[in-house]
Amino acid sequence: MTEMSFHHAIKVIPSACKGCTHCMKQCPTQAIRVRYGKAEIDGQRCIDCGQCMAVCPNSAIKVEEDPFKQLENYDFRVAIVPAAFFAQFPDTISDAQVLGALYGIGFTHIYLAETGVDILSVLHAKQPSYELPMISNFCPAVQRLIQIRFPLLVDNLSRLRPPAQITAIFARSELSSLPSLLGIFYITPCAAKIAQFKTEWSEEHRLFDGIINANTLYNLVRSYLSSNEKVQDGTFTFPGCTKSALLWSLVRGQISSYEGRSLAVDEMHNVIEFLEILEDEEQSNLHFLELDACAEGCVGGRLNVRNRFLASERIKHSSQQLPIVLADELQQRILDQQTLLRNNLVLPPFETNPSLSLDTNHSKALYKLSKVNAMLQRLPGIDCGLCGSPSCESLAEDIAQNKASLRQCAVLKAREDSQPLARIWGGISTGADESKDDQV
Amino acid sequence: MYQEYLVPAKDFSIAGVASSNFKRLLKQLNVPPKLIKRIMVAVFEAEINVIAHSYGGKILCEISEDTITVQVIDTGPGIADLDLAMTEGWSTASEEIQELGYGAGMGLPNIKKNCDRLSINTKSGEHTHITMGFDLKEEQ
Repeated sequence: MTEMSFHHAIKVIPSACKGCTHCMKQCPTQAIRVRYGKAEIDGQRCIDCGQCMAVCPNSAIKVEEDPFKQLENYDFRVAIVPAAFFAQFPDTISDAQVLGALYGIGFTHIYLAETGVDILSVLHAKQPSYELPMISNFCPAVQRLIQIRFPLLVDNLSRLRPPAQITAIFARSELSSLPSLLGIFYITPCAAKIAQFKTEWSEEHRLFDGIINANTLYNLVRSYLSSNEKVQDGTFTFPGCTKSALLWSLVRGQISSYEGRSLAVDEMHNVIEFLEILEDEEQSNLHFLELDACAEGCVGGRLNVRNRFLASERIKHSSQQLPIVLADELQQRILDQQTLLRNNLVLPPFETNPSLSLDTNHSKALYKLSKVNAMLQRLPGIDCGLCGSPSCESLAEDIAQNKASLRQCAVLKAREDSQPLARIWGGISTGADESKDDQV
Repeated sequence: MYQEYLVPAKDFSIAGVASSNFKRLLKQLNVPPKLIKRIMVAVFEAEINVIAHSYGGKILCEISEDTITVQVIDTGPGIADLDLAMTEGWSTASEEIQELGYGAGMGLPNIKKNCDRLSINTKSGEHTHITMGFDLKEEQ
């Protein structure tokens, strides 16, 4: 149980927020409340999955961003680029042109994030002990969802270091002989990755010097290409990986190269439905689970610009030209750096985050739970959200934790005051004995 | 605090609903995950037993400061030979139930393995009353 606080990449812009409750209802960890007409995010609970962004009708939720100028602080600038970034461009722009533009706007070295998949396989990375089925840790939002909402499953999480981190270690090791300051930047379509990077005690923070939002870089690349028509096709070699590695970030990308029984689930609500089942009933006949918070995998990330199906198709198409077995030259480069890599293949065990429990102290939690149950007897149970909490149950929890008051329930108030609204809400049973109603 | 869950007979489609609801409660109370796992296995098995073998029953959960007690009480027909029922692999489950993937004869042995205290009161022709105890403090 960590006491260190997590940095969040997702922010509400108060001037744009109307307090409409869409985000509050969508949040998978009940991290959002509406207070004084604006959405507020509880930093203890938020997992930066971006579900709130997707449903906000007022574009009032944004992902934090560092200026691109941060590159100027380094003499050599390495980009770790995921395949999903190349897939953002229309077919009229080739991968080689995108690469050319990336060099043009300031990067000195470019690595493909998916190369990390091949590094793990070349070095025969071994998983430390885990419980079946093993759950991929590739999606950071899913990893944090499990830590906070499915604590019984933390020991099922894979502990092999994710590919992009491996690639960063590889790049730093390969370029360690450069004479001066080296900056490694990760290009990401994912708010949860940004949050991880900005959290000071995280592995990402240690391995990367900066993070660049995919949509920002997309605009820079497009501008560069439109003003530099002579960026030559084929001048740059695409940093290599195998066919299966390139598909890694797409749905079923991970399970397709897995031999045991496995399945893939994408989209947050499906992932939650599946984890509920997994927590209730052992599924030890399954060996491996690939769970992606975004639809279609990383191409569905919130910071992407292109339609996820088109982007997914482009990655599949590009993979057709890639070898099934890793090229000798790249394999040798990996083996040359194996000493440092081998010491860094495994992550420490994942910890649970108790933010969804009523209290970390059992006796206090027990007392609060009895209060929750007493409140639930009185609340209408229609989950309207007008109180600023996502459901009657979460209002009851908020009241038990002294974060809210029963007076916030608009339905109870409407019934009490016999206002015109009572005509709508009046007939609804509170779940309590009707004779008690007079005392409410 | 008390919580009661009803378990109807022969409805396998809702098997696990009672134990799942109880699990939600334990998570709210920040009970250590490893203990919740043990409780879940034991309560789930007991729930399946009620569904598969009995005429229906209920699960009574009591959570105090340092113990969790779960009573599973059904309405019959009781266990004829308790020693045999506690033997791994021994089952009275009908073929129909075994086809559903249950009745491997691991129910009661599995319950025993996962709780800190177990007492079973039963008699052929009468109800079965199982009491499982779990200690909270040790897992901390």
